[in-house]
Amino acid sequence: MEKKELLSLSATALGKAIRTGETSAVEAMEAVLGQIRETESVYHCYVTIDEEAALKKAGQIQKKIQSGELTGPLAGVPVAIKDNLCTEGVRTTCSSKILENFVPTFSAEAVKNLEKAGAVMIGKTNMDEFAMGSTTETSYFGVTRNPRNPRHVPGGSSGGSAAAVAAEECFFALGSDTGGSIRQPASYCGVVGMKPTYGTVSRYGLVAYGSSLDQIGPLTKTVEDCAAVLEAIASHDLKDSTSIERKDTDFSAALIKDVKGMRIGIPRDYFGEGLDSEVKDAVLRAAELFRENGALVEEFDLSLVEYAIPTYYTIAAAEASSNLERFDGIKYGYRAPEAEGLHQMYKKTRSQGFGAEVKRRIMLGSFVLSSGYYDAYYLKALRVKAMIRKAFDDAFAKYDCILGPVAPTTAPGLGESLSDPMKMYLGDIYTISVNLAGLPAVSVPCGTDQNGLPIGLQLIGDCFQEKKLIQAAYTFEQIGKESR
Amino acid sequence: MAQEYETVIGLEVHVELATKTKIFCGCSTAFGKRPNSHTCPVCTGMPGSLPVLNKKVLEYAVAVGLAANCDITRYCKFDRKNYFYPDNPQNYQISQLYLPICRNGYVEIETEEGSKKVGIHEIHMEEDAGKLIHDEWEDCTLVDYNRSGVPLIEIVSEPDMRSAREVIAYLEKLRLIIQYLGASDCKLQEGSMRADVNLSVRKAGEKEYGTRTEMKNLNSFRAISRAIEGERERQIDLIESGEKVIQETRRWDDARETSYAMRSKEDAQDYRYFPDPDLVPVSISEEFLERIRANQPEFRTEKMKRYKEEYDIPDYDIEIITGAKHMADLFEQAVALGGQPKKVSNWLMVETLRLLKEREMDPEDIRFSPENLVKLIALTESKQINSSVAKEVFEVMFEENVDPEKYVDEKGLRTVNDEGALRKVVEEVIAANPQSVEDYRNGKEKAIGFLVGQTMKAMKGKADPASVNRLLKELL
Amino acid sequence: MANIIDDETIEYVGILAKLELTDEEKEAAKKSMGEMLDYIDKLNELDTTGVEPMSHVFQVQNVFREDVVTNGDESEKTLQNAPGVKDNMFVVPRTFD
Repeated sequence: MEKKELLSLSATALGKAIRTGETSAVEAMEAVLGQIRETESVYHCYVTIDEEAALKKAGQIQKKIQSGELTGPLAGVPVAIKDNLCTEGVRTTCSSKILENFVPTFSAEAVKNLEKAGAVMIGKTNMDEFAMGSTTETSYFGVTRNPRNPRHVPGGSSGGSAAAVAAEECFFALGSDTGGSIRQPASYCGVVGMKPTYGTVSRYGLVAYGSSLDQIGPLTKTVEDCAAVLEAIASHDLKDSTSIERKDTDFSAALIKDVKGMRIGIPRDYFGEGLDSEVKDAVLRAAELFRENGALVEEFDLSLVEYAIPTYYTIAAAEASSNLERFDGIKYGYRAPEAEGLHQMYKKTRSQGFGAEVKRRIMLGSFVLSSGYYDAYYLKALRVKAMIRKAFDDAFAKYDCILGPVAPTTAPGLGESLSDPMKMYLGDIYTISVNLAGLPAVSVPCGTDQNGLPIGLQLIGDCFQEKKLIQAAYTFEQIGKESR
Repeated sequence: MAQEYETVIGLEVHVELATKTKIFCGCSTAFGKRPNSHTCPVCTGMPGSLPVLNKKVLEYAVAVGLAANCDITRYCKFDRKNYFYPDNPQNYQISQLYLPICRNGYVEIETEEGSKKVGIHEIHMEEDAGKLIHDEWEDCTLVDYNRSGVPLIEIVSEPDMRSAREVIAYLEKLRLIIQYLGASDCKLQEGSMRADVNLSVRKAGEKEYGTRTEMKNLNSFRAISRAIEGERERQIDLIESGEKVIQETRRWDDARETSYAMRSKEDAQDYRYFPDPDLVPVSISEEFLERIRANQPEFRTEKMKRYKEEYDIPDYDIEIITGAKHMADLFEQAVALGGQPKKVSNWLMVETLRLLKEREMDPEDIRFSPENLVKLIALTESKQINSSVAKEVFEVMFEENVDPEKYVDEKGLRTVNDEGALRKVVEEVIAANPQSVEDYRNGKEKAIGFLVGQTMKAMKGKADPASVNRLLKELL
Repeated sequence: MANIIDDETIEYVGILAKLELTDEEKEAAKKSMGEMLDYIDKLNELDTTGVEPMSHVFQVQNVFREDVVTNGDESEKTLQNAPGVKDNMFVVPRTFD
């Protein structure tokens, strides 16, 4: 198969082509590595790539496909993994200096599940340091550029994963989403990204940021791929106490082009101040398309939207401050040289090993948990979280899904966001409450702005209703394809 | 002057539970020969690892709570206690602050003024820390995480104790309850039971408590007593000299019989507790509680009552034997194997206690089996060995748990019951000791003792002294 | 800014979090933490009386392991990434006085 054509295939289409013998896992891997050689110097999607291991693994998988041992939709398909997912024997850095040389001794459960499905890892993708950021600019290893326009950021924190999919430097990728870290870069890069219901994908082996909010999910070229990948990585894992046993993980069964009678709510609160008019128009056009195809679309008041960000940053920073205590220069990772005594060693290691944004959140988190402030900040945030969850419960009593933008704007230019962290935090307004409430949500491309930068449409579902989201997103995608 | 002060003591007791695996991972809790040989990503705080609660820990904690008359928290959670120290690989310890598993209990202790209730404020589950070893050569510290993640319960008492004696009585009571439950062996020396002493003093009659200190590193009952005495005096001296007691944690140095403050400006003592998002709440059903209740063992009081009814042994023996779970188990098993209660009790009360004391061992350290004890009793009762040989064999059995029958045969210690052979030796002894013979015949009864001794010596101890006595009298 | 973060607070939080900030970083931290807290104070507009704090979104309870040993000697793996190892143990600056 011709390289350009091969690279343009979706993950499931490639899987099929490999199974039918039109191409092979090795050929696909070679093509993708070739693409990386051509474009990686511009985009910088990856932190670590082991070409040799990837090709060797592709060869082994190809044999298993030929022998009939592997028959699944992702067998032989090259995948990129976000660098906060542990990979046995392959450096896992979280794009931080403090883990620059850390090589895990085990693989994340989600990664193992992909291995079982026969997907072949290309390498580890760049991200905001410890997933803290919305642009992939806080990475210790340098920025990733948006393949749709390299003067712009790819979004974050799963920016490397989203960019790799958009740049055809992989066929699909895994990311993690704590406050929008899959959906927002998917939106900025014009790919599909899904954050599943909390507990659907095991967190075992995901280097924790905000444990009660973190969830692993797919970044893909199509909704069909999204369903297939989610089906492969979802599992009930006894090693993760928050993992949930689900019987309805045959997500591909929801690839049905039909939204007739589907009740879709549009929160008025999502279309107020701060939303870019081009983004607004594109999202409302998408809503119109749903209506034209038989969905019952109406506006409603979700309420509490403005409280999501302060709630989120309190909880995420508090959990992060504790989760990141283990990086102390003793068991793994960076240790500051020439430190006098234990406490100096701790302080120097952590001060030199973490970047500015990580330190900012650790400081905030330590403060809100400290004596005298716990009730006022942390417990208060947990109470508001309960209220936000309740607001969604009320909404889902009326609607099958909620439709809105992913982010207020398209991808900002490089360097524009970091100067004002508060502004960056405000960009998470539409994605963050989904994590607080544990809900599933998907980002699908719904147009571009006048500069050609992609705009994402967000569909939010009730807990465990990924299938409804997939059906709605698939319908939208297919209608778009036909109208083009 | 010191008599005017009352000492107020509360205890925080940590007990390592006797589970096979750690609290949050499948690593063994056995003492590892090699450092870090019982470790995995979870108990060494590797990035991406997650904890899952060992069910047995919950069962033990609830069992101890029920035995200590606690309310069981039907909906409990785990919290993170955040502090940096190398023995704590995550730099937070998973513990329980807001909703501990047990609350509001008590145990009864015997004091000079009669029985007294010591309140239990709470019992919570948590993980143990690793071990730090000082390396003199390179002036650094080495860390071994084999103990990291071993399950602990922390039993926090109310400030209800007033003397070292009461403290010891309380600890002994707790130890007994926990040992009876099989939840831990509770060895202070080995660290499977550790007590931190919170102590304050106040003028007699005062209502308000004084400022308290917390004393750590107490590895024996003796150290606890001395630390309490030392700290009481230190606080009274401070008050008498117009100074203030500072609320602080102190470390007891038993060799120097003194304590020092464990303060550092780097220790803020602000643990930033919050619910651990990696663990889900524990909800305790009525069925679960019933099952634990049904499986509670016979505790000491009931056992004492039953012994009194079933066995004809003195009250004092009953008290001692039931005072250690292992001793009571040994007794009951030996009796079940056919040992006569009185004889079994005698061996435990006399020889066993003597050797334990001599070797500074706990009853829990007894290694000989009830089978071997019963065999030894049978050998003695059937006069196959005499009592001094029996004691000799017992010592070996105590050390190495040897089979006494085999040992007696191997060493040829069986009593010679051949009357002819014995008579011959007695005749030889009489012939060799004319003076003693004459003394005896002149009415010196004591002289026969010497002759018995000589005969036993000639027989290398393998004779029945009663038979020797009888033969001597006959032949003289 | 309603929340003024003073040097003492930054120093204290630095001890808790084991972070040593440069003077420049301290000033930045004071400013950004103050701003964030002002923003977080927005939550006080909401009356949360009677609302139970929600730490877990789902009512999942009682997830246990059986008490069965599943791990063997993994010390090699445990120590593999350590900056300092001696006698199969991690090396840290001395902790004893």
